[in-house]
Amino acid sequence: MWMYEKKLQYPVKIKKPDPQMAQIIMSQLGGPDGELTASMRYLNQRYAMPTDKIKGLLTDIGTEELAHMEMVSAIIYQLTRDLSEKDIKKYGFDKYFVDHAGGIYPASAAGVPFTAAYFQTKGDAFADLTEDMAAEQKARATYDNILRLADDPDVIDPIRYLREREVVHFQRFGEATRMVQDMLDARNFYACNPSFDKTCGRNCKKKK
Amino acid sequence: MKSRNELMQIIQKYDFALYDLMLYLDTHPNCRNAMQLYRKYRTKREEAVREYVKLYGPIQAIQSDAEKKWNWGKGPYPWEREAN
Repeated sequence: MWMYEKKLQYPVKIKKPDPQMAQIIMSQLGGPDGELTASMRYLNQRYAMPTDKIKGLLTDIGTEELAHMEMVSAIIYQLTRDLSEKDIKKYGFDKYFVDHAGGIYPASAAGVPFTAAYFQTKGDAFADLTEDMAAEQKARATYDNILRLADDPDVIDPIRYLREREVVHFQRFGEATRMVQDMLDARNFYACNPSFDKTCGRNCKKKK
Repeated sequence: MKSRNELMQIIQKYDFALYDLMLYLDTHPNCRNAMQLYRKYRTKREEAVREYVKLYGPIQAIQSDAEKKWNWGKGPYPWEREAN
């Protein structure tokens, strides 16, 4: 189960509202490579992982992604305070405002609502961990794109932190992939599915 | 000595009482009765958790024995039959 902690993982303190920036950063909440899909991906995939270590890793990274969701939401929240109707129109925030006003709704920057179709649970440790590594790279690239467009140091600082976490998660998923490979027969990693076949990777000597 | 699952059930019982009281106190923050119950179950919960962690390992990573070997990643995981 989960218990809430009343704190952010890293502080967010933005003095100047910027609805246009908020709409761009929105993609890292509910977009195709955002924190919500990241969290749902790992927390759903973890059940089919073949070892305790990897079950634990997906649980812990999936939990951290929930904290990142909260940070991205805090950034959007602070960027959309005290807006006048004039600013909302001038900075193109009107299309979001008409449906959600000052509320937080998980959608991409282009307004496409969040969907579970952004991630997959293949039930195959290799396939799932490979998706996870790609997902961290895609999220890192999205943060790099945001950093190209951002000029406020108050926004850049927490975005850089989130970007760095993608790199760390990528590293850990690479190690988990290696752990799965080490369990298997090096001549054919695909001879069986370590997430499904009972003896796959656990019983190599007996099988022979 | 209580078994792993026996002790976990005791923690789950206190946790549920505390969670339900928390929701009640969210909308009734001045209810002294509920607060008294909260304190009572919190003490009992703390005792049970201390015993569980000592015997069977951490429930939260921060309770890990970070001395010789990191024991946070050890199963069974909560969704597995053996853990229930």
